Amino acid sequence: METSMNETQQQAKETVFRAPDRGDLQATATVDREVRRTVGEARVADPRIRCNDINVYYGTAQAIKNVNLDVGRNEVLAMIGPSGCGKSTFLRCLNRMNDTIDGCRVTGDILLDERNINAKEIDVVPLRAQVGMVFQKPNPFPKSIWENVAFGPRIHGLARSRAQLDEVVESSLRRAGLWDEVKDRLDKPGTGLSGGQQQRLCIARTIAVQPEVILMDEPCSALDPISTAKIEELIDELRQQFSICIVTHSMQQAARVSQRTAYFHLGDLIEVGNTEQIFTNPNHKLTEDYITGRFG
Amino acid sequence: MNQLILIFVLLLLSLAAYQMGRRRAYGLVDGQLRKLHSLPVYYGLYAAMWCLLPALLVLIAWTAFDGAIISHLVVGQLPESLHGADAGSINLLLNDIRNVRMGLVPPESADPVVVAAAQHWDHLQRIGYAALAVVVLILAVLGAIFTLTRIHPQQRARNAVERLVLVMMMAAASVAVLTTVGIVLSVLFESILFFRLVPVTEFLFGTSWSPQMAMRADQVGSSGAFGAVPIFVGTALISAIAMVVAVPIGLLSAIYLSEYAAPAFRSVAKPLLEVLAGIPTVVYGVFAVLVVAPAIRSWGMSLGLDVASESALAAGLVMGVMIIPFVSSLSDDVINAVPQSLRDGAYALGATPSETTRKVVLPAALPGIVGSIMLAISRAIGETMIVVMAAGLSANLSFNPLESVTTVTVQIVTLLTGDQEFDSPKTLAAFALGLLLFLVTLGLNVIALRVVNKYREQYE
Ligand SMILES: Nc1ncnc2c1ncn2[C@@H]1O[C@H](COP(=O)(O)OP(=O)(O)OP(=O)(O)O)[C@@H](O)[C@H]1O
Ligand SMILES: [Mg+2]
Repeated sequence: METSMNETQQQAKETVFRAPDRGDLQATATVDREVRRTVGEARVADPRIRCNDINVYYGTAQAIKNVNLDVGRNEVLAMIGPSGCGKSTFLRCLNRMNDTIDGCRVTGDILLDERNINAKEIDVVPLRAQVGMVFQKPNPFPKSIWENVAFGPRIHGLARSRAQLDEVVESSLRRAGLWDEVKDRLDKPGTGLSGGQQQRLCIARTIAVQPEVILMDEPCSALDPISTAKIEELIDELRQQFSICIVTHSMQQAARVSQRTAYFHLGDLIEVGNTEQIFTNPNHKLTEDYITGRFG
Repeated sequence: MNQLILIFVLLLLSLAAYQMGRRRAYGLVDGQLRKLHSLPVYYGLYAAMWCLLPALLVLIAWTAFDGAIISHLVVGQLPESLHGADAGSINLLLNDIRNVRMGLVPPESADPVVVAAAQHWDHLQRIGYAALAVVVLILAVLGAIFTLTRIHPQQRARNAVERLVLVMMMAAASVAVLTTVGIVLSVLFESILFFRLVPVTEFLFGTSWSPQMAMRADQVGSSGAFGAVPIFVGTALISAIAMVVAVPIGLLSAIYLSEYAAPAFRSVAKPLLEVLAGIPTVVYGVFAVLVVAPAIRSWGMSLGLDVASESALAAGLVMGVMIIPFVSSLSDDVINAVPQSLRDGAYALGATPSETTRKVVLPAALPGIVGSIMLAISRAIGETMIVVMAAGLSANLSFNPLESVTTVTVQIVTLLTGDQEFDSPKTLAAFALGLLLFLVTLGLNVIALRVVNKYREQYE
């Protein structure tokens, strides 16, 4: 059992980086498991988003503890970590979606292009058009596929005519890799699609608004390898203009699409750094435990 | 009384059968339950079922028919002189016999023939009871012995018991359906009688309603007019006014409560709104007559309008208030049932709360909202008390809400109160009105179902 686990994990990693085996990794990680301050470079030179001392509380329970983290321009930041460590919670801070949860409190500064979006007086409506989000569970509206994608452009007046709207819908669906499957049934309900198709519909719906930062919470957890590849291509394409934060449980995916990776553990940001360094040469023992599969 | 004791004994017997069945099943396999097809409980229930049911059926059948059988026998035993008497005098005689048996008439003062017949009746009844008790108990014991001796491990006791439960559930379900069918049929037959006297076309298209008939042949005037149009117009008018009040207020309050209000406020406000539905309608009627109608009248007079002291507006407004909770409470429930993830999806695209509500939440909740509105309309159409008190009885054909109108339910009430002959058109008209009302509400429900299904297809 033990050895077979080892083998599969090694194979998996070899497709991404030539990772050293477990023995070598143990030698490289130097920071002890008890240490909770963030290891690695949390700051970048010209950040798109800069988070200072973020704390999130659900009632009295603290879900995010004093996190400092930057998201660079034209960068994909991957967030990894065990289930329940606060990845989704942190992601939701970045477009103020935590506002919709009763009893959730976020403190600290979140600077988007040097403007604090965590301030009370910020209007969240334009903010969320600027910072789009794809949820962990697909949540298409109970409307037609076309309506689902056209929803955002319509409420923001992004298209002048039906023809323009049709264009936006088509291009969004194409980029999300869904067009060929749904082009003959655009008037059918989006809720009638399969789980993976629904997720791609939600991605299309999000990019139709042309957000400048996109938050993706496990966007590919319900997708087959081919759709996953399409989404990863899309992420790569979007990165040319925008910033992307992606939560994922697949380390291969994090390695494939991201430039930087952040590892969360029980509400703490444990380690952040270049993706390659995190996966080949983590400095914190907890990070190492996680990516070598010793955690949980 | 005797039957009650018998039923009690039967229950005791079946309890015993249950215990024995269970024990026996257990004993057959020496406690190794795996070897039994069903749990021991089912063998017990199976035995109890065969012990109780046949006996109970016989008991019920006897109780249903014993009166008829005994009276037939008693009539057959009457003296020669009474044979061939007509049904009416036989009935009178039977009545006398019953009075004597009940002790309402002392035997000394009654006709000796009647007294003899009454004694004969009591005698027959005693024999009947004895026979019944013997038959029922034998059946019960036989049933129990029959099943108990046949218990074996492979027997499918659970399936048999479950089938019985299924039959009982089907019987319960059919009671509701059958009663409805029965009511509709009886209304239908009475209506057919009515339509023999008054042509259907006059009823459906006549514009004058005055059901007062001449009581005696020589009485002048009042030949009766049965045109239902004015009262259906009155019903529609009052219901429309009520819906104009109830739908916007109910829907807006539902949206406020579910989408905007703080949970603490909602938990107080919603039960308070629902209290409105618990107020007896007669109280609303009082309110309509004593407060709303005079207010409307004085308001109308100050504007130089001619307002009847009993107006459709007063009744409609108060009825609207009454049905607000039907709309708001049900709509609030369905709006709340819309998953939060849909709202999140809209918010994440930069939709405002009002856009989210209008374009995502309400369409998703539409079937339920339509349902709640339909329920409110049915309530409005069927409501009687407020209208009797506040809208008046005069069957004006008018769309003017300031005039006095009447509704179908009110007319049914007035047609059937007081002493009535059951074959006069006046009485039968009530059934025709009831039938038409039933068809109208049925039609409304069908339309609503259609609407709901249409959107279901689109939204699910
Ligand atoms: N709405 C909420 N109310 C209260 N506590 C919450 C809520 N949402 C999340 N939490 C708690 O906050 C912590 C972090 O949750 P979060 O959803 O951010 O985890 P996650 O890292 O996204 O996990 P997963 O990988 O399973 O999605 C968990 O302990 C969770 O129980
Ligand atoms: Mg999550």
